[in-house]
Amino acid sequence: MDAIAVDRATGGETAPQTAVAPSIDGAQKSLLRFITCGSVDDGKSTLIGRMLHDSGVVFDDQMEALEKDSQKFGTQGDRIDFALLVDGLSAEREQGITIDVAYRYFSTPRRSFIVADTPGHEQYTRNMATGASTAELAIILIDARKGVLPQTRRHSFIVSMLGVREVVIAINKMDLVGYSQQVYDKIVADYRELARRLNFGNIVFIPISALEGDNVTKPSAAMPWYRGTSLIAHLETVDIKPSTAADGAFTFPVQWVNRPNLDFRGYAGWMTRGRIAQGDAIVALPSGRRSTVARIVTYDGDLSEAVAGQALTLTLADEIDVSRGDVIVSANYSGKPRSLIPARILWMSERPLADGSTYLLKLGTAMAQAKISVSRAVDIHTYEEGEAQRLNMNEIGIAAITLDRPIVASEYGEDRELGGFILIDRWTNETMALGLVDSSLSPKVAPDTIAQVVPAGLAGRLTTFLAADLPLRRQTRGGIFQRVLLGYAPLAVIIGGIIGALSGSLLLGLGVAVANVVACALLSLWMQDSGMPVDESRLRDEANVDGDGI
Amino acid sequence: MIQLTHLQKLEAESIHIIREVVAECEKPVMMYSIGKDSAVMLHLAMKAFYPGKPPFPLLHVDTTWKFREMIEFRDQRARELGLDLIVHINEEGVKAGINPFDSGSRLHTDVMKTQGLKQALDKYGFDAAFGGARRDEEKSRAKERVFSLRSAEHRWDPKNQRPEPWRLFNTRKRPGESFRVFPISNWTESDVWSYIALEKIPVVPLYFAKSRPIVRRDGALIMRDDERMKLLPGERVENMMVRFRTLGCYPLTGAVESEAATLEAVIEEMRNSHSSERQGRIIDHDGSGSMEQKKQEGYF
Ligand SMILES: Nc1nc2c(ncn2[C@@H]2O[C@H](COP(=O)(O)OP(=O)(O)O)[C@@H](O)[C@H]2O)c(=O)[nH]1
Ligand SMILES: [Mg+2]
Repeated sequence: MDAIAVDRATGGETAPQTAVAPSIDGAQKSLLRFITCGSVDDGKSTLIGRMLHDSGVVFDDQMEALEKDSQKFGTQGDRIDFALLVDGLSAEREQGITIDVAYRYFSTPRRSFIVADTPGHEQYTRNMATGASTAELAIILIDARKGVLPQTRRHSFIVSMLGVREVVIAINKMDLVGYSQQVYDKIVADYRELARRLNFGNIVFIPISALEGDNVTKPSAAMPWYRGTSLIAHLETVDIKPSTAADGAFTFPVQWVNRPNLDFRGYAGWMTRGRIAQGDAIVALPSGRRSTVARIVTYDGDLSEAVAGQALTLTLADEIDVSRGDVIVSANYSGKPRSLIPARILWMSERPLADGSTYLLKLGTAMAQAKISVSRAVDIHTYEEGEAQRLNMNEIGIAAITLDRPIVASEYGEDRELGGFILIDRWTNETMALGLVDSSLSPKVAPDTIAQVVPAGLAGRLTTFLAADLPLRRQTRGGIFQRVLLGYAPLAVIIGGIIGALSGSLLLGLGVAVANVVACALLSLWMQDSGMPVDESRLRDEANVDGDGI
Repeated sequence: MIQLTHLQKLEAESIHIIREVVAECEKPVMMYSIGKDSAVMLHLAMKAFYPGKPPFPLLHVDTTWKFREMIEFRDQRARELGLDLIVHINEEGVKAGINPFDSGSRLHTDVMKTQGLKQALDKYGFDAAFGGARRDEEKSRAKERVFSLRSAEHRWDPKNQRPEPWRLFNTRKRPGESFRVFPISNWTESDVWSYIALEKIPVVPLYFAKSRPIVRRDGALIMRDDERMKLLPGERVENMMVRFRTLGCYPLTGAVESEAATLEAVIEEMRNSHSSERQGRIIDHDGSGSMEQKKQEGYF
């Protein structure tokens, strides 16, 4: 690529090109991703609006619109309501609350920032967790008039659980408590007490007024007793240490095999942690085959080394079989493929999790079927654990996850991207939960359930068949089927077995097949009756994948 | 220790997203709208599959009212890069005589762009379409997912969006459903220009100031790109030094007076600018929350 705006053929102009690189905005800047959390009305939107405004990313036409909106929807009388700069969807504007994760962007001469603005209500715990998952720092707002509240404990817990180590406690609305140092000191002490049970690396306290701007972008004249930096100054300079793992290994989940021609076979993916160099010895997992890095290919030329976060294409010295879902790791990687994963999960769906249910699990680029055994739940206010067989939306549980095949999963504390996963409902495709691998937990595995008794492919075919042919299903009731099914399936197998033993193997096969048919018929009826959507073409796909032989 | 810069991180994230679509979807397509955002997205796609080519075609939904220079640039880029380019025009709209002057911007955009896009996606059976939208463009986009699920009727349901923690995208869908995927969601206008400069990415010359034939209409500077634009009583064509901050249908795209004829000058001007890029886009001003409504109807 030689010149900017190449348009020679059409006689268009070519912008003269000079050595712009060193002065290009953003070329040298670092990036900080952070999340803001606080309860409704603590002042999150106002704070973000003010940061956007003071850093100059708000344009005149937007300012004009803001002034108009402030008159119409504002909460500050005739004054500008900065919250309206960030409150987007019309529904929430009217209700005056934030209902989803919204991402905001601004930059200062030193850094670029991506802000995840998340709702504070308990029913939006899942949104906050999503925002925290990629955050390197969290700003937790506390209303100076209210001090540390149950919500503060909840937000802090989620942020800590999602692996954010760098925290700012912004004590807001200091203007409403007369900029009092006593109020501030009391909140700091209370928070320190709370934080003892959390896993933060560094906590910085800043007294602010989002509305007036005190200590947001410039030091506050009203609070001479505070000697720390302003919030923005802190965000610009805070040093984020990459999370490290004891083994010092690199991991590279393979996204896609790049085979543009017969002479090139590369593995496209990204480094989730560590550092890789040409010539490094690698192991491809889960197969365990070994090789060395031949080239680190990028569009901008081969690299001699690369680090976590980079998107790369690797070629290996030997022809070994590697595909999507596999992970290329350094020889010193301490983990190994596993099919039993202890994890914390945050349930995000309105349909609760029942102990023993199966879902699809996506971790890195790997996908597997997962059975979830939930044994305990964590109370996000008291941080206490209790027995649980079920998780409702926004609840956090401790679970043992059994996979249908081994995958490479790292500890979340060492590598967020190879230690975090989502659970997907295979019928509705809904994302049901997010989870964090944590081997220090020791959850119980539930005994086998229906989902494992009946092969999925059989269930699919029969459901399709029955949906068309059995009018009776409408009158049936779910609970009965489940019980009948659990009782009948093994019984049918036993009967089949007895017949088989008496009459030779042909009949044995027949007996098992009959058992399967009965079991599947019942299962599908039960599923439909209990309101599980049944998508026929999906079922057909699944039936094919499983390659069963009815 | 190598420290990645802001732009390097954004680049890596976008490449990751583009590859994820190719690995998980059956028939992706890249919406190529010829503007600067598309230019960056296309460049990222070239990087993602290097040394191969992006394994999907480009799709341009042509409203027949784009600047002529855009069309020339489009065809030239596709040729230079050796990529498949599909151009789709809503012929029904053309037959019905829809145009931005008589039909109004709303109807024109709806028929030629929104409906045209749906037609093209259905005609070729694409199950994932990359778009160059950014979250910083407009308030309602700030909450848009990277993988945005659309029903078989191409509708977007803001209440039913899947959470996207880490880099994990749930790419499962039912037959007929499709994704709009936005690989440069996290880029800002300023990032896009910095990257264009840093990577020397070709862009349409309309972004650079030049003397152009301008008609002042309803407070906007409209470039008279061809004879289809009839002059109203009292109007005349003036040659003015102008450039464009966004590109679309020429009758709906306001120019800004500018002397910035080079990339550096454009970046410098943007840094000191006090109006947002969307101000020149006439379709955005149909009322507060209007982009949100368009999205629910299936506009990109
Ligand atoms: N006096 C005062 N009011 C504030 C301050 N910050 C926010 N507010 C007001 O508190 C209310 C809630 O603020 P908002 O930003 O919407 O809170 P959010 O729900 O956390 O996003 C609004 O009326 C704000 O104007 C502050 O520092 N001082
Ligand atoms: Mg808010």
